[in-house]
Amino acid sequence: MGRITLSNVTKSFGDVEVIPPLDLTIEDGEFAVFVGPSGCGKSTLLRLIAGLEDVSSGEIQIDGQDATDVPPAKRGLAMVFQSYALYPHMTVRKNIAFPLRMAKLDKAEQDRRVNQAAEVLNLTDYLERRPGQLSGGQRQRVAIGRAIVREPAAFLFDEPLSNLDAALRVGMRLEISELHKRLNTTMIYVTHDQVEAMTMADKIVVLRAGHIEQVGSPLELYRAPRNLFVAGFIGSPKMNLIDGPEAKKHDAHTIGIRPEHIAISAEKGDWSGVVGVSEHLGSDTFFHVHKTGLADTITVRADGEVSLRHGDKVYLSPRLDMIHRFGADGLRLS
Amino acid sequence: MATKASRSAARLMMAPAVVLLLGWMLVPLTMTLWFSFRNYLPLRGGDQGFAGFDNYVRFVTSSAFWPAVLATLFIVVGVLIITVVLGVLLALLLDQPMWGQGIVRILVIAPFFVMPTVSGLVWKNMFLDSVNGLFAHIWRFFGAQPVEWMIHQPFASIILIVSWQWLPFATLILLTAIQSLDSEQLEAAEMDGAPALKRFWFIIIPHLSRAITVVLLIQTIFLLSIFAEIFVTTAGAFGSKTLTYLIFQRVLESQNVGLGSAGGVYAIILANIVAIFLMRIVGKNLDA
Ligand SMILES: Nc1ncnc2c1ncn2[C@@H]1O[C@H](COP(=O)(O)OP(=O)(O)OP(=O)(O)O)[C@@H](O)[C@H]1O
Ligand SMILES: [Mg+2]
Repeated sequence: MGRITLSNVTKSFGDVEVIPPLDLTIEDGEFAVFVGPSGCGKSTLLRLIAGLEDVSSGEIQIDGQDATDVPPAKRGLAMVFQSYALYPHMTVRKNIAFPLRMAKLDKAEQDRRVNQAAEVLNLTDYLERRPGQLSGGQRQRVAIGRAIVREPAAFLFDEPLSNLDAALRVGMRLEISELHKRLNTTMIYVTHDQVEAMTMADKIVVLRAGHIEQVGSPLELYRAPRNLFVAGFIGSPKMNLIDGPEAKKHDAHTIGIRPEHIAISAEKGDWSGVVGVSEHLGSDTFFHVHKTGLADTITVRADGEVSLRHGDKVYLSPRLDMIHRFGADGLRLS
Repeated sequence: MATKASRSAARLMMAPAVVLLLGWMLVPLTMTLWFSFRNYLPLRGGDQGFAGFDNYVRFVTSSAFWPAVLATLFIVVGVLIITVVLGVLLALLLDQPMWGQGIVRILVIAPFFVMPTVSGLVWKNMFLDSVNGLFAHIWRFFGAQPVEWMIHQPFASIILIVSWQWLPFATLILLTAIQSLDSEQLEAAEMDGAPALKRFWFIIIPHLSRAITVVLLIQTIFLLSIFAEIFVTTAGAFGSKTLTYLIFQRVLESQNVGLGSAGGVYAIILANIVAIFLMRIVGKNLDA
């Protein structure tokens, strides 16, 4: 089982406080995703949970047991590194069996578990190869295999897919989600990728400079971002943020409206502007509309069939029920 | 290189270097081979014509031959073991972040810059001397009889001196290898439940294997021909005569160039046997 609780955890490197006091609970069986800008402390937080870094103060509990001073090997967690960290001189079989060998399991049991993991991860044909003879996706699967054979209480992933190409990433994303559904083990997953966060998570933890900005399910974060930072961070393309008189009309300091909640028309609408760059994705088109008098650029999502050209004058109508209002302090007004 | 013109230009440019290198190696080698078949006694009548295989036969049948071969191998193997084992440990130590790292590293490398003759003399007179040496004082401090190092422990003395000289080389190469180890691999092993010793054995040593191979090969080449350390310490006495030293004695002390040259040819053969042997054992580390 793997319920992980952090209470008042801090981490400093020398004088630099990377993680200010932080509380977080990850329930057993949950898929938690840490997102945040580069350098915000996601990896550090993960390494604190893993035990690879010592906390400066505070307490980490795993399943109700204090694990703050427990060495990494004894925490019952498995980690998949961004660089995979496979052992280059061992075959795939030996790589996957390594944790079992360290745990002194008998040979037959080791083989059974390795074969089982290899089957699950489609690695059976590669067991006798070395990591250097595998593709990126296969290496990734070996790293996951090495993690699952130990039957850990929780898995920790640090940007495991960031070295893969787009197509492979989609495939591996599904495989990891599938694995989570099957094993029902707690997983903590660090990523930069919006889509990974939104599609895989039960719970997203948005971090900024070591602070937790918001914790919630993907849809909660999407529908009700707690502040401007989360509003701008979750969703792709980003939410349009508008200050000034337009916001005043809604009794707010800033209002936010997502590109998908604005209708675009060549004839009439609430706001007007001039089409700049349009990004055609096939199914959708994103128009960047300028000269609206509201913000530099307003991004609008339209159906892929809508055809407007650079320089066309257009009208925009936001869906009033989808407007997010924020106060001068950046917090959401309900 | 693409065009015919540039290719021949390149050949022309490289020619001087190739000729120089060839001359550098071939001339001494052919001279050695030539003299090894001659009866050449510089102070006793000079070159006295062909000797056939006489020199070769005399060199191996001399009672000093096999002991010299064994002494050579003994010293080489001893120094290799000491430098590699201590080199790995020292490299591990130096890889740890510590205060004054830069200075410590330079100090560790320093012995490599001391000339063999100098280090041999310093060791002989300042450390190993049975009356005034540092070791003699230590022995007496503990109430023990100081060891006559040069007489009773000639091999240990020479191996000690040569190891001291070559340890920095091994340490330096192994240190750079350790620094290139991805720290995530060690962390992964730590999470996989491997304690420090097992991490050392299963991750660090395999990672170092290629560097160790390089150290072994390079050191062997140089150690087979150590001379100064023996010359200034035991001068080949007390059974510490290596093949190189034996050749030196044949040529200079016995004034027999032909016999010495034949010894030189044997030394080449021995070096090649050792090299092939080493390549066989450790060579597979170099493919990957
Ligand atoms: N060993 C260390 N010593 C000093 N500072 C460190 C150390 N490790 C990380 N930091 C600092 O801590 C902060 C958080 O780093 P961390 O690696 O956790 O970021 P991250 O959120 O994982 O970023 P990314 O998304 O780029 O991987 C950074 O400002 C970094 O410079
Ligand atoms: Mg990171």
